[in-house]
Amino acid sequence: MSRRRVQPLVWLAFSAGGVAAAVLLPSLALLFGLAFPLGWLDPPDHQHLLAVVGHPVTFVVLLGTFVLLLVHSAHRFRYTLYDGLQIKKKRTVAVLCYGAAVVGSGATLAVLWAAA
Amino acid sequence: MTRSGGATTPSRGTPTPSGGTPTGLRLYRPRVSTWWWTRKRSYLVFVMRELSSVFVAWFVVYLLFLVHAVGRGEAAYLRFLDWAASPWVTLLNVVALAFVLLHAVTWFALTPQAMAVRVAGRTVPPVHIIAGQYTGLVVVSGFVLWLVTR
Amino acid sequence: MADSIRLRVSRYRPDTDPEPHWQEYDVPLRKEWTVLDGLNHVKNEVDTTLSFRWSCRMGICGSCGMNVDGEPRLTCATFLSDHAPGPVTVEPLANFPVVRDLVVDLSDFMAKLPRVKPWIIHPDDHRTVEPDVEYLQTPEQLDAYKQFSMCINCMLCYAACPVYGLDPEFIGPAAIALAERYDLDSRDRGERERLDVLVEHDGVYGCTFVGECTRVCPKHVDPAAAIQRYKLKAAMETVKAFLLPRGAR
Repeated sequence: MSRRRVQPLVWLAFSAGGVAAAVLLPSLALLFGLAFPLGWLDPPDHQHLLAVVGHPVTFVVLLGTFVLLLVHSAHRFRYTLYDGLQIKKKRTVAVLCYGAAVVGSGATLAVLWAAA
Repeated sequence: MTRSGGATTPSRGTPTPSGGTPTGLRLYRPRVSTWWWTRKRSYLVFVMRELSSVFVAWFVVYLLFLVHAVGRGEAAYLRFLDWAASPWVTLLNVVALAFVLLHAVTWFALTPQAMAVRVAGRTVPPVHIIAGQYTGLVVVSGFVLWLVTR
Repeated sequence: MADSIRLRVSRYRPDTDPEPHWQEYDVPLRKEWTVLDGLNHVKNEVDTTLSFRWSCRMGICGSCGMNVDGEPRLTCATFLSDHAPGPVTVEPLANFPVVRDLVVDLSDFMAKLPRVKPWIIHPDDHRTVEPDVEYLQTPEQLDAYKQFSMCINCMLCYAACPVYGLDPEFIGPAAIALAERYDLDSRDRGERERLDVLVEHDGVYGCTFVGECTRVCPKHVDPAAAIQRYKLKAAMETVKAFLLPRGAR
C-alpha cells in the first residue's frame, strides 16, 4: 500500500464498536433503560453508582466504548443513507455522520470527566 | 432491483443509445426503486439491521444523561429515573432495545463468515464461534449486573 | 398436478420497444422440467423470437442465469414444479443493462475481472525456471482456496447485490471472491497487488454485508465471506503501515 488510508481504520473501529454494541450494550440498555426506572429491579443507590462512575477504570472503559459505539453508529448510518434512501451527496453525508461522531466523542469526554 | 411480478410493466428505467458498448445496441438500463428494500424479506431485515445504528447512538446519549445526572448528585439521579420511567422514554427504550438485540443476533450470526478462526491449524466450526460470542454476552452482562447492584 | 404452467416472460426488443413488457406463455408442467426447459419449449414450439442465453443445462457453464419470481437463479437448476401453480415470472438478471428479452450485457464485469488479477502471480515465472516445472501443492493447500475456485461467473451474485445495483462502480462479489481464490493459493505471491486494487473506494469497503451474494450462489462460493475477510486483511495491513517505518514493510 503506497498511501496511508483512513477507510480501513474506520472500518476497524466500526467492527470494534459492533462487538461492543452486541456484547455490552444489551445489559446496560435493559438495566438502566427499563429495569431500574420501571422498578423491575431496585435501582442502585446513588452513592454506589457515583463510586462506580468515578473509578478511573470505568472512566477509561466507558470513554473507549462510547467513542467506538458512536463511530460504529455513524459509519453504519452513512451507508444506510446511501443504500436505503439513495442519497447521492456522498461527501456531505460522510462529513455529517463522522462529524456527529466526533462531536459526540467530545461530549462523551466532557460528561465522563465532569462526573468522575 | 428485484422486479417481482404483478406490475403492468416489468420494470422502470430508461433505454439508452449504444453509449460506446461493444455491441452498439440500444440497451435498456433498469433503475433501482427507492423502495427496493421493501420487496424482499432478506433486504428488509438488512435495512432494519443497519437502522439499529440510530438506536445504538440513542443509548449512548441516554447513558451519558445518566452519567451526567449521577455526577450532579442524588436529586438529579432520582429526577433522571423519574424521567426515564415516563411513557415516551419507556416506549423509545423498548423499541431501541429491540433494535440493539437485532444487532446483537445478526452480528453474532455473521461473524463466522467475516473471519476464519484457526486454532492449531484447524478451522473452528462456525457454531463454536457463535456459541463463544453468546458466552461473552452472558459473562459481560453478568459482570455489569454484579457491578451495579452489589 | 396440473398439466401446464404459465410463464410470465419479460420481453424487450431494442429496435421497437421503449421498455420491457410482459408476455405470457403456457408450457407443459412436467416433473423433470426446469424453467430453461420451459423457455426452450417456447423457443422451439411457440415463439421463435424469444432470446435467452443457455448452454450446458447442468449448472456449470453459468450462462442461463435469470431472475425467476424475483430471485436470481440458474434456470437450468430451477424446476417448474417448485413454482407451481404459477405464473412463473422470468426476467433478465437484475442490475445489468438488458440487450434483448432475457439477455443482459456483461461487459462491465468483463472489464472489472482482470483488475483483480485473477491469475497466479509469482516472481519465478517461466522466464526464470524450467518451462515444464510443476508447482506442487498439498491437499491442505488446495483446500485453503478450493471453495473460492468454484465460481462459474454466472453473475447471480451481482444480480442479488443491492450495492452493485445502486453503485455500478462497486467491483462486486464474484471478482473479489476470485481475488481471494488466488490470494489463498500457496503458489501465488500477488496479495499486495490485489489489495492495492481492492482497498480503493470501489473495492471491498463499498460492501455493506447484505449477504445476498452468498445466499444465491449456486456453487456455494460464499463471496460475502471473501469480501469481509478482505476488509480485515486490508485493515491489518493499514495498521501495520501506520505502526512500522516505511523501510520495514
